[in-house]
Amino acid sequence: MLEIKDIHKTFNKGTVNQKIALNGLSLHLKAGDFVTVIGGNGAGKSTMLNAIAGVWKPDSGRIIIDGDDVTNMPEHKRAKYLGRVFQDPMRGTAADMEIAENLALAARRGKMRTLKWGIKKAERELYREKLLALDLGLENRLSSKVGLLSGGQRQALTLLMASLEMPKVLLLDEHTAALDPKTAAKVLELTDRIVNENKLTTLMITHNMHDAIAHGNRLIMLSDGQVMLDIAGEEKKNLTVETLLSKFYQASGEDFADDSVLLSK
Amino acid sequence: MSITSLLNGMPGAVAQGLIWGIMAIGVYITFKILDIADLTVDGSLCTGGAVCVMMLMAGYGMVPALICAFIAGMLTGLATGLLHTAMGISAILAGILTQLGLYSINLKIMGKANQPINANNYDLLVSLRNIKGVPLFENTIFITFIFTVVLIAFLYWFFGTELGSSLRASGCNADMCRAQGINVSFNKVLGLVLSNGLVALSGALLAQYQGFADVQMGRGAIVIGLAAVVIGEALFGKIFKNFALRLLSVALGSIIYYIVLQVVIWMKLDPQLLKLLSAIIVAIFLAIPYWKSKYFAGKVKGGK
Ligand SMILES: Nc1ncnc2c1ncn2[C@@H]1O[C@H](COP(=O)(O)OP(=O)(O)OP(=O)(O)O)[C@@H](O)[C@H]1O
Ligand SMILES: [Mg+2]
Repeated sequence: MLEIKDIHKTFNKGTVNQKIALNGLSLHLKAGDFVTVIGGNGAGKSTMLNAIAGVWKPDSGRIIIDGDDVTNMPEHKRAKYLGRVFQDPMRGTAADMEIAENLALAARRGKMRTLKWGIKKAERELYREKLLALDLGLENRLSSKVGLLSGGQRQALTLLMASLEMPKVLLLDEHTAALDPKTAAKVLELTDRIVNENKLTTLMITHNMHDAIAHGNRLIMLSDGQVMLDIAGEEKKNLTVETLLSKFYQASGEDFADDSVLLSK
Repeated sequence: MSITSLLNGMPGAVAQGLIWGIMAIGVYITFKILDIADLTVDGSLCTGGAVCVMMLMAGYGMVPALICAFIAGMLTGLATGLLHTAMGISAILAGILTQLGLYSINLKIMGKANQPINANNYDLLVSLRNIKGVPLFENTIFITFIFTVVLIAFLYWFFGTELGSSLRASGCNADMCRAQGINVSFNKVLGLVLSNGLVALSGALLAQYQGFADVQMGRGAIVIGLAAVVIGEALFGKIFKNFALRLLSVALGSIIYYIVLQVVIWMKLDPQLLKLLSAIIVAIFLAIPYWKSKYFAGKVKGGK
């Protein structure tokens, strides 16, 4: 479903701030794979997601989604394949627009925007049902401005928006990191539900090892712009924080004490 | 300083306010919806006036003249939009560049700096002669009011469509738009095109109203437009939530601006100071939301 082939990306090339963010990263996701992504600060996790989303072009390598080579496709065209939820709850929704309007915009992802009315009557009913399923009390606030919602509500709404028009790949970049633990748990639960119901191929970045272990069918760890660990199947199911840590130190060959900062438990 | 002389000036103020209100609605599209301060308007206002006057003098009818003025305005917006999105120039600078270029173009359109058009010889749609003591359907206030209502209705429809909604979203959250497959650059250009079309249309009416097109007629237009937007918002923002009503509040803001101006003139204030006064008023209104968030919202309440 998603194929990343030998992606290189260096920021600020030729300056003192030069930073190799992706260093020959390759990754293959089968349809329905739910992959959690961990790695230290600056490991290149967000850069990988941005490369897939087309925020900028990689220096080299290819990105193939569902058989289509999208490497040179601009971000807004690529959006038809992708659902995205950002870390910052403000980024995923238009604050000055109504909940229903935001959903209607998302329902037309990848389609030509015409001079037809922006939101049909029947859509409102559909959105009401979908919001009811979120269980956040939003179903009667279709006409409220999104700016009035809490961060958790906005993330839940963004998730719903990402899945309204079925994406080939769902990209989640620490989408619960800005939320309090209780809300984060709720949004994660919702994520599981949406991904499982729709069998979405998903990449979810998280800083929380427990979450990375508890969710998805596969776990990868990035380090220095490469995949350092890739754990799937039974091994993933039986994974514990301890085995994950020991695997990490095996793979990196580095010292315990130095690397405790890399991963927060 | 008799009150009758003030009252006598009022119909003119309302007419001017309505005509400039159309321009202010154009400014609203860029400034409020797209979040761009577009300085093209200082030039495109005159472009509209110049095209309209020259076409009328060449014997074309009113409708083609207005349509061509509108299209000419759209082209100026296209120029700014492309400078901004295709050439990566900041929106403000792009507007300034277009505005400067338009100075030459406007001179070329008119052949001279000031092109009068006599209401005796041409059948003009609006004129400062037609604000009092004429039948309703020839009354400039009535005609410009109808114009405004039709434009607001059109814009209400357009910004409710799929395309129009995506344009509103583009000004609100570009990240979200790209993630939802919206071409933000295209929408910015589209907004600038539409906005400057309206500004030029306003210029076409203004030139007829005052009886001439002048290469200087758009000077400071952006400030008048912003003034109308901020006055409208300050006075009606709390009660007008609907999009059409918001556009109406811009038109009302423009009328109020010209009424205030009339009062200032009536008080025999030095007219040379008018632009300074406008600039100060707009600056203060623009600062209010900033001051509010900085000095009032930040106060910690409670406790002793
Ligand atoms: N737009 C950019 N310009 C310059 N450098 C960048 C840019 N984006 C990322 N980088 C750099 O690339 C490296 C990888 O960053 P990235 O954001 O992918 O890390 P990450 O794994 O998501 O880390 P975090 O856990 O902190 O979010 C970092 O060193 C970062 O400073
Ligand atoms: Mg990151």
